[in-house]
Amino acid sequence: MAKTAVTPTRMVLNQLKGRLKTARRGHKLLKDKRDELMRQFMDVVKLNKELRKKVEDGMTGAFASLTVASTIMSPEMLEQSLLYPRQSVELGMTFKNIMSVNVPQYSFRTRNNDPSEIYPYGFAQTSGELDDALEKLARVFEDMLELAQVEKSMQLLADEIEKTRRRVNALEYVMIPELEENIRYITMKLEENENSTKVRLLKVKDMVLQKAHNYE
Amino acid sequence: MLKIAVLGGRETVMGFKALGLDVFPASGPEEARETLRRLARDSGGQYAIIYVEENLAQYLEHEIARYKDVPSPAIILIPGREGPLGLGQSALKAAVEKAVGTDIL
Repeated sequence: MAKTAVTPTRMVLNQLKGRLKTARRGHKLLKDKRDELMRQFMDVVKLNKELRKKVEDGMTGAFASLTVASTIMSPEMLEQSLLYPRQSVELGMTFKNIMSVNVPQYSFRTRNNDPSEIYPYGFAQTSGELDDALEKLARVFEDMLELAQVEKSMQLLADEIEKTRRRVNALEYVMIPELEENIRYITMKLEENENSTKVRLLKVKDMVLQKAHNYE
Repeated sequence: MLKIAVLGGRETVMGFKALGLDVFPASGPEEARETLRRLARDSGGQYAIIYVEENLAQYLEHEIARYKDVPSPAIILIPGREGPLGLGQSALKAAVEKAVGTDIL
């Protein structure tokens, strides 16, 4: 199956042997990397699943309150109340290295830390349900941030795992067998050459001897 | 300092405005696509997280997929007012499938 034309010489044989050794070591390392990535990935997936459920439930609750509020208040009034936020969020992002995958880590800072300070309106003209909705939303927001971090990590890890898996497979099923095949081919070819040289020498020796005897 | 964007229907994003996030109401898929492109690409990485409402996200699959493999921004689906559509869950499934090769959940 020697697809690539290899010249059956000792030099090429040595080169191929070196490459096979490197390929084997690379394969082992990548396999370890894949296993460890997979372990981390499974943790992240589990966390993601929980967080997603939490966020979805929390938001459903918040929206339910908001819907109630919007039935009590006029749409214009509702929009006006929420138009000018008193709260603002600043986001910081650093990167964490998981098995050479850079995943983002978010940190956030709010301008108002007092939870009762988040309402951007006076209480006189708005319904209590709106306060309720906002409070729920504020609570779910922290989970949303964590979800963003976890989900992004998950996507990046998945991508890296896919890449690593492809590399492992390429080494295991293509590179290494091909190298082995070529090495076998060269070894056999060299042996063959050696044999034919040996046979030729014997033949020559016979001829020489015969010649010598005949002359004598 | 980085910012967080919320992209969704007017009624969905309203509440997040009060929390101090940058909200971008979109009335239809076309508008949402335009806004998402602006947020993700033209803002110069100002927005690190973009939350997209699920019922808009279903039309934006192509755009969202493009940012899956880059560290920033993170585009995260959130349920809309009608409740979760299961798109967020299926994104999770897709990631598992990509990594493991089969769906093991």
